[in-house]
Amino acid sequence: MKTLVIYLMADPETPELARAAVEGGADIVEIGFPFSDPLADGPVIRRAGERALARGMRTRQCLDVLARTRTLVPDTPLIPMTYSSLLEAYGWERFAADVEGAGGTSMIVADLPAGEWPEVRRVQLVAPTSTDERIAYAGEQTDGWLYLVALTGTTGARSDLSPELAGLVERARRLVAAPLYAGFGISTPEHARAVAELADGIIVGSRAVQVADEGPAALREYVSSLRAALNTL
Amino acid sequence: MRDLYEGTHTRVIAETGAGQHGVATATACALLGLECVVYMGEEDMRRQKPNVERMGLLGAEVRPVDFGTKTLKEATSEAIRDWITNVETTHYLIGSCVGPAPYPELVAELQSVIGRESREQLLAVEGRLPEAVVACVGGGSNAIGIFHGFLDDDSVRLVGVEAAGAASLGSGRAGVLHGARSSILADEDGQIADAHSISAGLDYPGVGPEHAYLRDIGRAEYLGATDEEALAAFGDLARTEGIIPALEPSHALARARELDAELILVCLSGRGDKDLAEVLAQR
Repeated sequence: MKTLVIYLMADPETPELARAAVEGGADIVEIGFPFSDPLADGPVIRRAGERALARGMRTRQCLDVLARTRTLVPDTPLIPMTYSSLLEAYGWERFAADVEGAGGTSMIVADLPAGEWPEVRRVQLVAPTSTDERIAYAGEQTDGWLYLVALTGTTGARSDLSPELAGLVERARRLVAAPLYAGFGISTPEHARAVAELADGIIVGSRAVQVADEGPAALREYVSSLRAALNTL
Repeated sequence: MRDLYEGTHTRVIAETGAGQHGVATATACALLGLECVVYMGEEDMRRQKPNVERMGLLGAEVRPVDFGTKTLKEATSEAIRDWITNVETTHYLIGSCVGPAPYPELVAELQSVIGRESREQLLAVEGRLPEAVVACVGGGSNAIGIFHGFLDDDSVRLVGVEAAGAASLGSGRAGVLHGARSSILADEDGQIADAHSISAGLDYPGVGPEHAYLRDIGRAEYLGATDEEALAAFGDLARTEGIIPALEPSHALARARELDAELILVCLSGRGDKDLAEVLAQR
C-alpha cells in the first residue's frame, strides 16, 4: 500500500480541509506554517503563504490550527512544514516541544540541512543534486521517512514527470533504510501512479492547496482520485 | 570556471538592487559570450533606470520581480529559485556576501581586493594606515571587502554604515534569510520585515553573516544614516570634490565626516550617475 501525503497551508479552515483529505484517502497531512520568504516554494504555495500571513497566521495561530486539526483527525500523522526563521524566533526546542504538544507527529524544515540542530527531530529532504554521502546521512538522521525532492526546482505542478526521480530513488534505495516518499511537481492521478511505481509514497502540495480553495468537498474528491490511482498498483 | 569553458554551464544569473552588480555581471557575460539573466525588483528597476538600460545594452535579460517588496530581497529569492531549478546549466553569481555557504566567504575573498589594494596605496601615498575605514552596508559586500584589508590592523577602526530604515545589524535579531543565519530585520515570529532605504543597494533586511560576527566580537562597529543625511552628503561631495557618489556610499560619507580622525578611508563603492533622477526628484 503506497502512502499518500497531502500538504495544506495553515489557515483557519485547515482542520476541516485536513479531515476531508483524510476521508479522501490521505495517510499523512503536512501543514505549512507560512514564512515571508519561502525559497523552496513556487508561486502557488508562496501566494498561499502570503495570504495566510495577511490573515494573521503566525506561529501561535498555526499551532492552534494544528491542535484543532488533531481533534478532527485523531489518528493521522500531522507534520508541520516550515522554514528555519520561525524556529529561530520561537526557540528551536520550544518549537519542537509545542508542535508535539499540539499533536504534531514530526516536522519538516525546508531550509535546514541535515546535521544542523540534530536534537530537533524532523523529516529530512534530499534532491537529485544530493551526493550519495548526503543521502546516506539524511537517511540516518530522518524521522520516519525520507522526503525525496523529485526534481531540481521549487514546489509546483509540472506537466511532465521529472526524469531525475528514477535515479534518485535508485540511489536512495541503496543507501537508506527508511521509506522514501517523493514530492515536488506531482499533481495528477497519472503522475501519482507513475511516481508511486518508484517510491513508497507521494506528496502533493501545490495542486492540493489550489483545490482546497474550492472547499472540503472538492478536496475530498481530488484526494480520492489520487488514492484510486495509487490503489491500482 | 572550467565547466563554463567546457560548455556545461552556459548561463549566468544574478540579482541586483542598485544595478551595479547586474551591470558588472552583464559585462562579464558579454565578454565571455554567456547567456545572462539578472533579477531585479520592479521598484528598483524604476529608481535605477540607467543601470537597467546598461544591462540591456550589454545583452542581459533583466527579469522584473513583481511581488512582495519588489526590491533586493525578492530579487535574491527569485535568483535562488532559478538557480535551484537550473543548477545543471547555470552559475549563480551572487551580488553580496549573503546567501548559503560558501557564498559569503567566496564574495568576501573576491571583494577583499578592495581592502588589499587600498591598504597598499594608502601606505604608498600617506606612509601610514588610516585611523578608520568606513563603508556602507546593505548585504555588506563592499564593506567586507575593504574591511578584510585591515582586519589584523588593530589600530584601525572599522565602521559600517547602514541605512537607518534597513539596519539589520543596528536593530535586527538573529534569524535565517536566504540560507544564512545572521542578523536580520524580522518580527517576533521570524517573519522578515520590510526594509526601507532611498538607496536600492542598501534596501535589504539581512546582512552577510561575517558582519554579524565582526559586530559580536567587537572588531567592527555599525552605525546608521538616514535618507536625508545620505542626500546631504551626496550633494556635499559633488560640490566640494566634483565626485558624484552613489547613494549607497553617501551613507558612509555621512558618518565619516563626523568621525574624530585625520586620516579616514571611505569606500566609494559606486558612482552616482544612476541616482541623479531619484535625487533630483527628492528636492
